[in-house]
Amino acid sequence: MGSELNGQAAKDNKELVLEVNNLVVHYVLQEETVEAVNGISFSLEKGKTIGLVGETGAGKTTTALAIMNLVPDPPGVIKDGTIKVCGYNMLELSARQLEKIRGKEVSMIFQDPMTSLNPVITVGDQIAESIMLHEKLTYSQAFNRAKEMLEMVGIPGARATEYPHQFSGGMRQRVGIAIALACNPKLLLADEPTTALDVTIQAQVLDMIDELKRELGTALVMITHDLGVVAKICDLVAVMYAGRIVEYGTLEDVFDRTLHPYTEGLFNSLPDIRNRKNQLQPIPGLMPDPTNLPRGCSFAPRCRYVSDACREAQPTKHQVSETHVIYCSAYDDSNFQIERARGRGGNG
Amino acid sequence: MAEVLLRVRNLVKYFKTSRGVVHAVDDISFDIEEGKTLGIVGESGCGKSTTGRCLIRLIEPTSGEIIYRGQDICKLKRSEMKNLRKEMQIIFQDPYASLNPRKTLLQIIAEPLLYNKIISSRDKFAIEKRVLELMEKVGLAERLINTYPHELDGGRRQRIGIARALAMEPKFIVCDEPVSALDVSIQAQILNLLKELQRDLGLTYVFITHDLSVVNHFSDDIAVMYLGQIVEKAPADELFENPLHPYTQALLSAILIPAVGANRERIKLRGEVASPIDPPPVCRFAKRCNYYSQECAHGVPPLLEITPGHFVACHQVKPVAPSATKAN
Repeated sequence: MGSELNGQAAKDNKELVLEVNNLVVHYVLQEETVEAVNGISFSLEKGKTIGLVGETGAGKTTTALAIMNLVPDPPGVIKDGTIKVCGYNMLELSARQLEKIRGKEVSMIFQDPMTSLNPVITVGDQIAESIMLHEKLTYSQAFNRAKEMLEMVGIPGARATEYPHQFSGGMRQRVGIAIALACNPKLLLADEPTTALDVTIQAQVLDMIDELKRELGTALVMITHDLGVVAKICDLVAVMYAGRIVEYGTLEDVFDRTLHPYTEGLFNSLPDIRNRKNQLQPIPGLMPDPTNLPRGCSFAPRCRYVSDACREAQPTKHQVSETHVIYCSAYDDSNFQIERARGRGGNG
Repeated sequence: MAEVLLRVRNLVKYFKTSRGVVHAVDDISFDIEEGKTLGIVGESGCGKSTTGRCLIRLIEPTSGEIIYRGQDICKLKRSEMKNLRKEMQIIFQDPYASLNPRKTLLQIIAEPLLYNKIISSRDKFAIEKRVLELMEKVGLAERLINTYPHELDGGRRQRIGIARALAMEPKFIVCDEPVSALDVSIQAQILNLLKELQRDLGLTYVFITHDLSVVNHFSDDIAVMYLGQIVEKAPADELFENPLHPYTQALLSAILIPAVGANRERIKLRGEVASPIDPPPVCRFAKRCNYYSQECAHGVPPLLEITPGHFVACHQVKPVAPSATKAN
């Protein structure tokens, strides 16, 4: 399922930095099994940005952890699938080999800048640590590189000898970014990097990630629940629900030619800043329990277009254009349109 | 024009710390009309939550007046305040931390009823009836009455918080970031619920949030706070169409719009928010402001009515009409 997504880019002979194929991750507990990720596939070319969008429990963070091969085990079990980062098969490498790749080829920015830094080590040393792991440099050379990295993210190099608590939230997140980028990785995973930050600081940090990405040619997986963040920096979007990708395409595909009922529901839930009188249309109900997913489409219980077929079987895949894929059985009927598409006067 | 329900004058809340005095809320004034929503928006540390708590005296203001239906609640005795608090309620941000994990939904929602002796604790039937009524009002299924908070998701927990606030049939509710901890699809459910309740019960809200698109959608008037002060206040449409304070302009330009190509050039601010400890008596935004001039180093700018209903505190923004009055 979904390997065609990978095939597309390979045909064009682009350099693939990340290939995720049919990834399945479950958390096996004594009494129940949490089905966090249930067969997702996507790939990413050098320098591109993909947004993994979805709500709590959609499986976004688990996907990122699996890419780093950092899923906590136990209880996490990668049941199926392959993950290739710059050609390395992440799920088959030894711990030592992984250590060489993490930080060098792929690194991660975490959501909470308050807890992801070590409070008793200076920020300069924390950046230098990652540099020394991967490059043959002396401590003082590495520390100087650390200062340069701080300057790059807009913090005076002289502050390298300070501790995390001496920085504000926005600055701590920049330190996290400096650590992640210290060895110039080809792939960066950012897990809600701006969610804990204030609006103006969020904008600063996003601008910075965007600039650095362009400068260094880093590919980026941006995990977020914020469609505004996606619109700002992503080239591709994968909308996730209950551990599956339900809609996948370019930013324009997903935002301007939305097809999946869940994606539509997300847009309808957002206040429209340009029209405040607009009534919010929430998605009724709740995300399904990941220990007890419905037999058919996971979104069926909340879907306004649901039919009996949706409840019975997994949704069918529809490749709408070269770049745009949806998983929704409603489109088995070629005349089907969601309301958002009717508003546009067509589904093209 | 509707009657003013709450009139706040020169509200101040200082916290003494070992490093100096934190000016959390520093001389703010505003009115809220009955049945309306005042949105208070600003970034972390701007004093918006402290303001919300002062309004119902969950924390004691340092000075200032809070006049509710003609009566200064700061002057009330404890027992009088206890009585009045039935009318003034609060909904908290974190539905995970604001509910007692050892109590069932029934106990949580019934608590204010029993505490205020609205219903006798012996009358189990009446308690359950009233709790079920409240649960229905906020969209909680009857079968959940004996569940504990940890069994429920964030959206349902927030509904419990709302039901608990409604138990006393309040007139005025402070909503302190009520949807910030929720997913977007659930956030919309709660926002719609709060709006319905306002329409049905004639509630007056103070809606505190950092989320500009939510505040825009939800409020009639919006006050923008920066480091303990209101820098701009206007009807929601006016504020979004015609922001006058340089900070408001920067804040609005930082909103990320979820549409392709909709994001405009962001106004970049220098530096970060200054310390609220013993701030110098000048414009608190001056150091970061792109329009800084000599004038800005002279005193804290007063909140002036620039056009009818639109108040701005900035040395650079002058009232357009010659007869403009000082902010009430």
